[in-house]
Amino acid sequence: MLGDIWTVFWRDWIVLKRRLSRYILSRMITPMLYLVAFGWGLGRGMQTAQGNYLDFIVPGVIALNSMTISFNAVGTPMNMSRLYHKTLEEYLVAPIGAASIVIGKILSGVLRGLISSVVIILLAYAFGARFSVTAGFCLALVLNCAVFAALGLVAAMLMDSHEEMGNFNTYVLTPMSFLCATFFVPDHLPALLRHVIEILPLTHASYALRAAGQGGGAPWLSIGLMTSYVAAFICIGVWTMKKIRD
Amino acid sequence: MIIIDGLVKKFGDRTAVDNLTLNIARGETFGLLGPNGAGKTTTIRILTMLTRPTAGALTINGWRLPAEELQIKAFIGVVPQHLNLDIELTARENLELHGRLHHIPAAERGRRIDELLEYVELQGRSDDMVQTFSGGMKRRLMIARALLHRPKILFLDEPTVGLDPQVRRRLWDLIRRLNGEGLTVLLTTHYIEEAESLCGRVAILDKGKLIALNTPAALCRRLGEYAVDWADGEGLKTSFFPGRAEAAQFAGTLTAAATIRRSNLEDVFVELTGRKVAG
Repeated sequence: MLGDIWTVFWRDWIVLKRRLSRYILSRMITPMLYLVAFGWGLGRGMQTAQGNYLDFIVPGVIALNSMTISFNAVGTPMNMSRLYHKTLEEYLVAPIGAASIVIGKILSGVLRGLISSVVIILLAYAFGARFSVTAGFCLALVLNCAVFAALGLVAAMLMDSHEEMGNFNTYVLTPMSFLCATFFVPDHLPALLRHVIEILPLTHASYALRAAGQGGGAPWLSIGLMTSYVAAFICIGVWTMKKIRD
Repeated sequence: MIIIDGLVKKFGDRTAVDNLTLNIARGETFGLLGPNGAGKTTTIRILTMLTRPTAGALTINGWRLPAEELQIKAFIGVVPQHLNLDIELTARENLELHGRLHHIPAAERGRRIDELLEYVELQGRSDDMVQTFSGGMKRRLMIARALLHRPKILFLDEPTVGLDPQVRRRLWDLIRRLNGEGLTVLLTTHYIEEAESLCGRVAILDKGKLIALNTPAALCRRLGEYAVDWADGEGLKTSFFPGRAEAAQFAGTLTAAATIRRSNLEDVFVELTGRKVAG
């Protein structure tokens, strides 16, 4: 099974390697805009409980960016592969298990998420943000990438058109990217909304990255919750991969 | 080699394959024929484990489906109807991926890839992106891919659809050569001349049901080996006769101009399904 996971990952790596520099360059644009707009523009003079606003939003930007990248790195190609190119069938007729396909794809999403996160971390330092990349920080980041790579896979298997994939982005990812403790702490929101936000995985990614980035350990509740999300999405992913035959 | 017994596939209320029973022997080139929507692709998809049957028993080389799925997957090669090569990879990388998915050891994989690229005459383009390939080249690469892990049965779903006549004939030669080397071939087609030229036996499906099963020649004989075509006010008509003399005698009674010819699989097809197909 490890060999099969590596095969699935290998294919994505070959494709990524061919355009790695272009990939990294394109990944710099959005986070740079966030840092300029919210760090330099809006946030200059703003103070939060944790210091200046730039230091506050950097973990949030890392969380939301790794979410978007990991989700789309798996979701979009996988959806196209299932519906249009039918390349998924090449994997389905091969003597490998559904879990190998699912895990291999998630790992390749994690890799892309991590590459783009490294880009932002370097940019954030260049912008003068202060935070430290500790083991807890890395763990939270990897988990966040895994949660959304896995969600991307599940969405790709369930959404039956490219347009539906777009809708999933609009209805699920975009609200999360703004509300899940990325740009502000959700403490002052209405109770009901706050409770909903508190169970979403991105909120915990922001919490964990912020706490670990300031030198504290990553909160175990957040780590545990994100791990549960990964496990749940992997199980749903494997189930959809088997159900596709019906 | 392939035993299909009472196969049924329903999609909701629609029955795509209706109680199909077939036996395909080792070394045969067997054709599944039928108009669009007859259930050919569904049958192949079930045999290649891309779709699950609603009912029925399937056995390939003594292994039962789906219980012994992994053994069967290693034993069969699949060329789907859709050109599903990975367009973000080169020809060689496509084969490399397939070899890895089928657990071929690295050294043998490399040798086998070179061998097959040469076999389908693509060795000069091996490091080009698949996106730049023509339809015929893509189809040949797909066949090479399906053969990489040395399967004993090859499933080809509409292998020549959308190809020029020259390219199509080249593919026929390739399929014949494969069969000559001992491979069992199951193909679907709606090109009658393709079935006639390649297949030892054909099954004609219509609306999911098996309506005829025999060699192309025997099916023509059953209909009458000679056909007389003539035009009346309503359009082209055809009648069939067992011998040339009867056909000539009948043609003599017609007032319109008539043509006498050998009957072919297309006649069988049209007579049985009541529909004319492309080709």
